[in-house]
Amino acid sequence: MTAKIETVVGRYIHVEIAGKLHRIYFEEAGSGIPLVCLHTAGSDSTQYRHLLDDSEILDKFRVIAFDMPWHGKSLPPAGYHEKEYRLTTELYTQTIRSFCLALELDQPVAMGCSMGGRIVLHLAEAYSSEFRAVIGVEASDYQEPWYDREWLHRPDVHGGEVCAALISGLVAPQSQDEYRWETLWGYLSSGPGVFKGDLHFYRADSDYRERVEQIDPTKCPVYLLTGEYDFSCTPEDTIRTAEKIGVEAIIMRELGHFPMSENPDQFRKYLLPILTEIA
Amino acid sequence: MSLDVISGIVNGNPALVRRGRFLSLSFIIVVGNNDWLIEVTEGMISTVASPPKRMSNIRFTIRASEAAWKAHWDPLPAPGYHDIFAMIKSGQMTITGDLQPLMANLRYVKEVLAAPRKNHDRKD
Repeated sequence: MTAKIETVVGRYIHVEIAGKLHRIYFEEAGSGIPLVCLHTAGSDSTQYRHLLDDSEILDKFRVIAFDMPWHGKSLPPAGYHEKEYRLTTELYTQTIRSFCLALELDQPVAMGCSMGGRIVLHLAEAYSSEFRAVIGVEASDYQEPWYDREWLHRPDVHGGEVCAALISGLVAPQSQDEYRWETLWGYLSSGPGVFKGDLHFYRADSDYRERVEQIDPTKCPVYLLTGEYDFSCTPEDTIRTAEKIGVEAIIMRELGHFPMSENPDQFRKYLLPILTEIA
Repeated sequence: MSLDVISGIVNGNPALVRRGRFLSLSFIIVVGNNDWLIEVTEGMISTVASPPKRMSNIRFTIRASEAAWKAHWDPLPAPGYHDIFAMIKSGQMTITGDLQPLMANLRYVKEVLAAPRKNHDRKD
């Protein structure tokens, strides 16, 4: 047989989060230091498929990417139809820590993009002993909103189409069409109201401007990378955040808000030196 | 700066016309001091006119300076000019009017607005 079969394996783990049992889908490949990857708001772990098939990374890292409840192959909790989904700092933190605990990960590296980049700042501050390091991709302590999120979930506008159309401009113009549209697919195929519910965390329950100065990067190293074409989490947002923490902000050329999925070759140029430093 | 190129580029792109097939309305693109009427009929651009007819039924208006539009239409736009929402966020563009048909057809409208960028590609 000549067809390529990737080494990545997808499985489900049953995890209790906030008193409810969840069946969480995750994919993993490689061995070594656990690298837990957090997808953006309104999408899923498919964004990390290139990392999960990168032999240079898999030699030293056990790369793990999971779908948050409501996203990808992780179902929403029973009774989801009776209340509006709203992610919070507390629920997001519990989800990540419960997942890591369930897999018995020893001091993983947490890498998140966008809202995932926001939450890893909280992890570095509040749970520094549990994480070897955090990597915030398109991460900042706060950012200005740029549209009314009520447009994301209403009957007279298709949710998937409008979510994808809004975020499409966050992909850098240099990214190949194939990867641009693959990145958009995560939004086109997301469940109704899920992106909006994630943005409750991102916009209303994660203003960390007063808190990031409490992060001690000697206890939990913090790496921040942002694409030059990201006008949602702007390079200025990341630079401001990095200065407060006392770390370097790396501004990535020819990349937007979804580096790992929109232009994986360009992203790995920036990521590999960081992973080498951590390893 | 003429926007006449928009109709040829959009109407010559069957995938884009199909994307906009449920959209029929008129809107205005303001480029500096010039108003351009864009009339859409089932995804086809049926009219591009400046100045607009004296009585036009307009659903929304998109306004930016000539310099900002030129930057948006650059074949490889600089950060901050590559997307209309980047320009709205930075205060260089405004959109007023009935936003529902715009948001319901956002990908289509964004591609129509970016169409003059393709004109550079053609010349190249």
